[in-house]
Amino acid sequence: MNSSWLLIFILLSSLVPGLLIFFLREESHALRTALNLGGASLKLILVGALLLGVQRGEVYELRAVLLPGVELVLAADALSLLFAALSTVLWFVTTIYAVGYLEGSPNRSRFFGFFSLCVSATVGIAFSGNLITFLIFYEILTLATWPLVVHRGTAQSLRAGRLYLAYTLTGGALLLVAMVWLAVLAGSGDFQPGGYLMGLEQEFAPQLKLIFALLVAGFGVKAALVPLHSWLPRAMVAPAPVSALLHAVAVVKAGAFGIVRVVNDVYGTTLTLDLGLALPLMALAVITIIYGSVRALFADDIKRRLAFSTVSQVSYIVLGVALAGPLGAVGGLVHLVHQGLMKITLFFCAGNFAETLHIHKVSELKGVGRRMPLTMLAFTLGALGMIGAPPLAGFISKWYLGLGALEMEQHWVLAALVFSSLLNAAYFLPPVIRGWFGRREEPWHETHLQHTRFETHWMLLGPTLFVAAAGLGAGLLAGMPFSPLDWVSLIVEREYAPPEAGP
Amino acid sequence: MFATGLEWAAWAVAVPLVGALLAGLLPRFGPGLGLGFGVLTALAVSGAVRAVWHHGPVRGGLGGWDVPLGIALSLDGLAALMLAMTAVVGLAVSIYALGYLRGAPMRGKFWALWLWLWAAMNALFLSGDVFNLYVTLELVGLAAVALTALSGGAAALTAAMRYLLVSLLGSLAYLMGVALLYGGYGVLDLAALGAAMEPDNVSRLAAALMTVGLLMKTALFPLHVWLPPAHASAPAPVSAVLSALVVKASFYLILRLWLDVFPALTVPGFELFMGGLGAGALLWGSVLALRAARLKQVVAYSTVAQLGYLFLVFPLMAVTPGAWQAVVFFALAHGCAKATVFLAAGSLQQAAGHDRLADLGPVMRAEPMSVFAFAIAGASLVGLPLTGGFIAKWLLVEAALVGEAWGWAGLVLLGGLLAGAYVFRVLGHAFGRGPASPDHRPVPGVMGWSTLALALVSVVLGFAGAASLELLTRHGGRP
Repeated sequence: MNSSWLLIFILLSSLVPGLLIFFLREESHALRTALNLGGASLKLILVGALLLGVQRGEVYELRAVLLPGVELVLAADALSLLFAALSTVLWFVTTIYAVGYLEGSPNRSRFFGFFSLCVSATVGIAFSGNLITFLIFYEILTLATWPLVVHRGTAQSLRAGRLYLAYTLTGGALLLVAMVWLAVLAGSGDFQPGGYLMGLEQEFAPQLKLIFALLVAGFGVKAALVPLHSWLPRAMVAPAPVSALLHAVAVVKAGAFGIVRVVNDVYGTTLTLDLGLALPLMALAVITIIYGSVRALFADDIKRRLAFSTVSQVSYIVLGVALAGPLGAVGGLVHLVHQGLMKITLFFCAGNFAETLHIHKVSELKGVGRRMPLTMLAFTLGALGMIGAPPLAGFISKWYLGLGALEMEQHWVLAALVFSSLLNAAYFLPPVIRGWFGRREEPWHETHLQHTRFETHWMLLGPTLFVAAAGLGAGLLAGMPFSPLDWVSLIVEREYAPPEAGP
Repeated sequence: MFATGLEWAAWAVAVPLVGALLAGLLPRFGPGLGLGFGVLTALAVSGAVRAVWHHGPVRGGLGGWDVPLGIALSLDGLAALMLAMTAVVGLAVSIYALGYLRGAPMRGKFWALWLWLWAAMNALFLSGDVFNLYVTLELVGLAAVALTALSGGAAALTAAMRYLLVSLLGSLAYLMGVALLYGGYGVLDLAALGAAMEPDNVSRLAAALMTVGLLMKTALFPLHVWLPPAHASAPAPVSAVLSALVVKASFYLILRLWLDVFPALTVPGFELFMGGLGAGALLWGSVLALRAARLKQVVAYSTVAQLGYLFLVFPLMAVTPGAWQAVVFFALAHGCAKATVFLAAGSLQQAAGHDRLADLGPVMRAEPMSVFAFAIAGASLVGLPLTGGFIAKWLLVEAALVGEAWGWAGLVLLGGLLAGAYVFRVLGHAFGRGPASPDHRPVPGVMGWSTLALALVSVVLGFAGAASLELLTRHGGRP
């Protein structure tokens, strides 16, 4: 059998459990958890195998004809693996977290079914080998996420769901028209380093620019680029695991990943620079970074503050690829992983505070460090990482982004980075300081998690500490093989290798 | 292969016809006969489709009697695809009806009428001359009206009466056109007419009469007002057939005429006019679907809206000649999806005893399978990936962009977004807060599973784009 079937198995390892879970009764708790964790572990092993294969330089590719001239392509390159590995690892820990979080709440089969569908769609996005395949999984992700956003069924969450759909379906429509247009102009090419549109710019420069704008707008909805971001803070009404995995990692990263693919593998950095598209994209990213940080500063609700922080931080990825140089690309891509690790840590912590002590606002965090020291420690690590304090993961990203800005002689970007780091500190340090050094006068709320030996349920605490440690490790051990930085360097080497050096 | 394409085609008409007669004579055995003859019809259709796929289009007279005396059958890729759609939807509806009509007083009449309608539609797709087409059109119309009236209430009877009037008026207009053509050219055969067509005023008048007649039957905006009450008040299997198949039959005829007979007759502005009507249907139907308070009305207005897409074939073909294939694929995708949606709506209505959207939430939570099928088919209506609707939308947008018709491309996308709005408006109720309804009537398994199976056909269509387009290249016919 062809080793490329590994890709299908990886997709099925979350899809099949997801579909089975839909048919489970609410009470079959053990079977559901077994299916979830079994699928997640299997996926972890399969992605590990794929990772080794891709590092050895093996080629994984599957194709099927969808329409005359349009193919469905699944392929794994180093960049796909970055995203796939991230979502697989985080799916595993989030599943554990979600089992603990949702214990005893209604409609769990529905929740986990759609949750697994989301992960399948995310991995599908990672393995998409051309734009149409990407669009297909991207839209499935939209669909599978909506039930999770409205999961609580309150009027507020239904409203958030409507807003989410209005944004994402419109974004999907823009993508569809852009992709059809591109297919009409250039055929439906596969993603390849350096892009496949070279030579078209003489004849079709205005069209290519417009298509680029449509693509960025379409992906920008999910990546929450300003002014397309306002669905994200509202979608925070979803349960904490959803906010953590989907809104810190899967959904927003899918948008950012799309922009990475467009710039690197469809247009190619050279063409992006030649058409003068890099600068507007960079400006958009910088505006989003600053705007998100400023809004986060004024949000009292913890999840809302984190959401605006996501708006801001995801744009670092966009900024990195928009810099269109190797160092900037390293910074952007490594931030794809680093931001995911740090933001999921923060969301897990927010979920722990809310579940254990009913804390939803920054102002209520006073003295929580005494009651929940481990969670607060994880929160501190995540927050410092986001600010970019060395030697945490966020520092590595910002360092390379800064180098990338200098390399491309965009000094104003460096200034923006510094300013944004100051803003990060301004909105992340107060909760940390308040948590450790504040003093709570009145007693804590009665917790409903009584039967617990630790400060909160172990299924909530374990994943939180794991991702916090991973964020720390990604920074401390950035020089080791298979660290995110090491892997991103491999991607960028392959991406920026001169084309004539190819086989 | 032991039978030729023509023989298969003849069987595809004869089998349901015999079934209809038997079911009429032996109403007690209706369900068994309906299912048995439905399966046989589907087999005959699959034989015909395979024959077209391998050997290309065929035409010829029944029993060796060719035109002008005998009845000529003509089987090509377009006809085969319509036959196949009818067979797939028809089979699912037949299985569904076993559960839906269990114990209902109308079940004795349903099976005979439904097989009759199936036979008439197959005959319509296979007819090769304008007069036989008139006969089949009339048969389809009468059977459809009778089925609409089946549930028997005052609303259903009023709707059926209105439908009957529109249908007769439409047929009459069509027949006058046929008479004019026969007077002018002395032939009725489609191919012969197409070859002889002269762009004179009599032909134009004939074309206009026939097209307007068919537009009434297809319920194109602004001639759509009869459709929502008829489709919303009929029993669910009937609504599914009416919305998915019957309106497609008259659209098929419009397409057939303008592809093979009338292309020489277009006057400037005609395409734009038809496209404008389509756009009107799309927008107005969607607005009404968004405002409707009952589930089946939402679905019926969605049909009005989606029929608008079909008429984009005229402006799109003017700029991209191959665009009709995209529209046919759209019709296919819409047929399967709309039938699913109506069946799911029928299940929910039966479970709840009503179909008021505002109070449907608890029942939707208690019947996840029907809601799931509704969601998949709804995704196809919106044009989301992995469904036939996505491929159809891709093809339509591609045809528009190739022809640089930006406005039409925008309209296609806008229509998809509006469809998203009304589909998710319905689905939102399933996610509302509160328990599942304890005192609803559970949906019989056969209804749930047949609906889900038909929903999965929409997914299969998401991968059948290349094959369908290939089948459509086998167009026309050799005598």
